[in-house]
Parts: sequence; structure tokens; C-alpha cells
Amino acid sequence: MTIKPNILISDPSLRDGNHAVRHQLTASQIERYCRLADAAGVPIVEVGHGNGIGASSLQLGLAAANDHQILSAARSALKRSLLGIHIIPGFATVDKDLKPALDAGVDVFRVAAHCTEADLTERFINFARNNGKTAYGVLMMSHMASPAVLLEEARKMEAYGAETLIIMDSAGHYLPNDVRERIETLVGGLGIPVGFHAHNNLGCAIANSITAVDAGATVLDGCARGFGAGAGNAQLEVLIAVLQKLGYETGIDLYGVLDLADFAEKELMDVVPTISSTSIVSGLSGVFSGFLKPATRIAEEYGVDARDIFFELGRRGVVAGQEDLILEVAQELARDKQVA
Amino acid sequence: MSKLRAVVLGSGNIGTDLAIKLMRSPWLECRGLVGRSLTSAGLAKAQSLGIPVSANGIAFIENHPDSCDVVFDATSAASHHEHAPVLERMGKLVIDLTPAKIGPLCVPSVNLNDCLEAPNVNMVTCGGQASSPIAYALGQTHDDIEYIEVVSSIASRSAGPATRRNLDEYIHTTEAALKKFSGAQNAKAILNLNPAVPCINMQTTVFAKTPNPDIEAFTSALNKIVAEIQAYIPGYEIILQPRLDNGRIATMVRVIGRGDFLPAYAGNLDIINCAAIAVAEGYAQRRIVDADSPKLRVVQ
Repeated sequence: MTIKPNILISDPSLRDGNHAVRHQLTASQIERYCRLADAAGVPIVEVGHGNGIGASSLQLGLAAANDHQILSAARSALKRSLLGIHIIPGFATVDKDLKPALDAGVDVFRVAAHCTEADLTERFINFARNNGKTAYGVLMMSHMASPAVLLEEARKMEAYGAETLIIMDSAGHYLPNDVRERIETLVGGLGIPVGFHAHNNLGCAIANSITAVDAGATVLDGCARGFGAGAGNAQLEVLIAVLQKLGYETGIDLYGVLDLADFAEKELMDVVPTISSTSIVSGLSGVFSGFLKPATRIAEEYGVDARDIFFELGRRGVVAGQEDLILEVAQELARDKQVA
Repeated sequence: MSKLRAVVLGSGNIGTDLAIKLMRSPWLECRGLVGRSLTSAGLAKAQSLGIPVSANGIAFIENHPDSCDVVFDATSAASHHEHAPVLERMGKLVIDLTPAKIGPLCVPSVNLNDCLEAPNVNMVTCGGQASSPIAYALGQTHDDIEYIEVVSSIASRSAGPATRRNLDEYIHTTEAALKKFSGAQNAKAILNLNPAVPCINMQTTVFAKTPNPDIEAFTSALNKIVAEIQAYIPGYEIILQPRLDNGRIATMVRVIGRGDFLPAYAGNLDIINCAAIAVAEGYAQRRIVDADSPKLRVVQ
């Protein structure tokens, strides 16, 4: 068998999974999960509010534990694993959020922006690098840009000092060929490793992740039992099993990660992520799956169909952070219904 | 009667839109748009409209000390920190459209008269101009606001390089204004740059948490102040009337611009530029009235 490159696994269960529980993960849950992840040899554990540090808000949901509590809990439990955070400029600032995160012992700063807004990340990437920390550039909602535009934006992040570039399929919109086209373009055009973050709205999270590796990606995000926004992410333990079967090395212990997933199912989540009908609509319409919970609640309140809300939001090209538009769309739909 | 002479520093989206708007002011005369590159879209546009242009930056004003009475600074927070002492030395009135926060924070519908004494006035941010009047109306009708939060969305194409570089300053300055005008203990500002095509209109949502929400009193205070804002920016409109949602007061406004430099979606340019012009016209009216009849105290 040929030697295949090592795949670096980053586990955002305690960040993306926070979307699934309305950001209510507690410091104790975080600490216990981190202990098991550390024991299983997960290389990077990402924690925080679903939208990253500094994002706890009325707009996006208030977190049960504040950033300081989350980071302290994780730091105390992670010995071998690196501690990662997700940061979106516009929600967080360097002074208010990054400096305290640095003090709390964060190792990996994953600085994220909408796929066409990479220039917002410069200061944040610089800050992490200047303080001797690892900085990733993350392009969210990557299905909204062509492969050529993605590469152009990724090159900006590389120029700012990003050491790895991740694209996120935030809406779970990709099929494997979409992933291959983008990852091949990025791997061919960048001098830094490329990674992929999947969502499972159309049932393709594992297939898309494996396609990404096949196309040259060397970093993958996976969440225990798929714990993440909407339909969930690439299921970490499945990913490890499939990569093992394909002959890739991740350094993660299979039994350890299976135990980790059992723990996550029992101790972290209200329900195991499934592909609900609304998630399918979200994936098809290309709307961020974090809109699922507020849209369902507001749809019920206004007596309108959440699917109509999603297709209308998709038509408007909404991006994460525009949850306030759900109210407006629901109101309009309710009004139209009354008139009809 | 001579108009107050103004120069606009910074030929990006904000500065260029401002220079065009100044041409319509009965109180102000646009004596120039000053940038750093004659080939920039802003200077080209200004030239086509007959506005004098220069690519010499702050040096233009230093070399032509008598060219103007008032300087609008639409560069960046870092640049304004360099410009402010120079302009102060030259005795210019300065209206700062960057989030440098050197002078007092000014939102004309709330505190115009308090700011006209200051030689350097800060116009907060676009999101701050859209949300501060709402924050003020909340503060007037609630004395126990625990938390106020403002989320603004603007079209990506309306945010130039300086706006993008100043994202952190935008947030910090907007939060300072929210606390100042509402009296809230805590404030949070969020800015989304939305790349959607066709471009989205500027939109701002204000959330407030208070133990005793009084929607009726707030709505009535809000309607009063909105009428005042619409006097200088007609495209400012409430699109979601105050309502209790999930235990918080939510209000949403949209700002449609005049489409002077960028199309009408870029209400973020209009909201801060119209406010800045309101301040300059406030100076101009007072100065001209003072000059005509020195004993007359200005009552506005």
C-alpha cells in the first residue's frame, strides 16, 4: 500500500455543536469532553459560542458560559490537544476578544470571514502570528463564490500570514464534484495546507470530506456524532473509521473517538443531529443551517411555512449574522397570506 | 452672504458622496475633495462634477491654509489621529467621520447643540448614526436598560478599504455611543458586510433588555425622533415597529440613500454624511447669525 499523507483532524464539536443547543454548553460539559478528546488524541479541539468568541448576543443567542469560562474549562483539560477558537471579525474585536483569548492559552486562531470578505481578517491573523500562535484563514459559505474567487480570497489570507486555509460548506450545499473543483483549485494555487469543513444537509458530509482529501486537502473538521448546526457536520468517528479504511493516518485512537462520540450523544446534545426536512430545504436553498432554529420558532409564531422562509432567504442571498431578516420575511409572508 | 467653506479629506466612498452632497447645501461651499491618487474613482467623479480636487492629502490643506473653514475627515481612524493635531493647530473646525473618537460623539437628532462648541466633532459610525436615536428614545423611556445591542448590515460594495480596516474601531465607537445615548450598562455592536447581489439596503436592528419594557412610551418617543432624522435624511425608515420578541425589545430601521456616489442601497454613506452636513450647517448658521448681529444669541 502506498503511504498516504497524514490528515490533520480539527474537532469543532464544542463550537459548532453549540448551535444545536442554542449555545447552552456548560463549562463542565466542555471540560469533560475535552478530557476524552485529549485522551483519544484529537489534535485540535475548537470551543466557543457557535459563531465564535465574542459572538454571544441577542442576535445570535446568548451563551450559557462566557468565553472566559469556556476557554478556562477547555484549557485545564487539554494536555496534548491544541486549543482552537473560531473568530469572525465584525462580532469579535482584537482588544475585546482576542487579547483575552491569547491570555487564556488559545493555540490555534481560526479567523473566519464570509467567502468574499477575506480582507476583514488581516488584523486578526496578524495578531495571532505576532504573538507566536497558529493562525488559520477560514472562508465561510464558500458555495456563494466561484472557485476562482475563492482562490483570490484565500490568497489574501495566505498573504496576511494564514498557515492553513479552510473552506466551509456552511449550508451543506455541496455535492462531491463541487468540493473537488474547489479544493483542487485551492491546493493548486496556494502554498499552505487546505482543509474542508462539511455540513450534512444533503447527506454528503463524509463523502464530501473524503473527496476533499482525494483532491489534496490535508485538514478536515469533524464533530462527534455530527454535533453541529442544523443537520450536523461530518461525523467525526465515521470520518476516522473511513480514513483508517482508506489508509490515511490521523493519530486518533479509534476506540477513543468512539467513546468520545458516545459521551457527546449522552452528555452534550438534546437530540442526535438528523437530516430534517427543513435541513434539506436549507441545504438546497444554500442558506446557513444556523438559521434553522430561529426560523422554525418564528415560522410557528407567524403561522407561516419555514420552508417558504428559507427559499425567500436564499433568494435574498442572506449570510450568517442576518438572522434579523427572518422576522421581516415571516412578517411579509404572513401579510401576503392575509391578503390572499 | 458668504457660505462656510469646506474641504473633504479622503476620496473613498464616504468622502466622495459627502462632496457631492455639499454642493446642494445652502450654507456650505465645497472647496475641494482631497485624496491621494488622481486616478481614484472618487476624485474622477468629483472632477467630472466641477469640484476642485487634489491628491496631496493633508498637505493640500497645510499648503492652502485659507482654503477652508471646516474640514471633513473621511479617511481612517489611524489617519485622523495624524490629521487632528495639524488641523487643530491651523484652527480649523473638524468634523471627523472616522471612528477615531477624538472629539465628542455627535448624533444631530440627539445632541447637535451640545457639540457645536467643540472644535473637533466625531460622527460616530454609520451604524451609530442609525441606532443612536433609537438608543436615545429607549433611554428617555426606560431608566433601567441592562443591555443594548445593535446589528447593522451593509452591502459589501459600500465598504471601502478604510471602513474594512476600521472594523474594530467601528465596533468600539458604536458601543461607546450606544451607552452614552441610552444609559445602558452594557452595549454590543455587530457589523455584517453582506456580499449579496443585488446589493442589500443598509439595515440596522436594535435590541434592548430591560426589566420593565414600555413599548407604548418608547414608540411614541421614537416616532418623534424619527421625524427629526427624516428632516435631514429622508430615506431613514422604521421597517419593524418596536415589539417584544423573546423578552427583548426589537426595532429595525432601513436607510435608503440618495444614490449620489454609490446607488441608493448604500444608505450607510448617507446616514453619516447627512449627519456631518447637519453639524457643519449648524456651525454655519450660528457663525453667520453671529456675524450679522453680534449681540443676538443663537437659539436653535
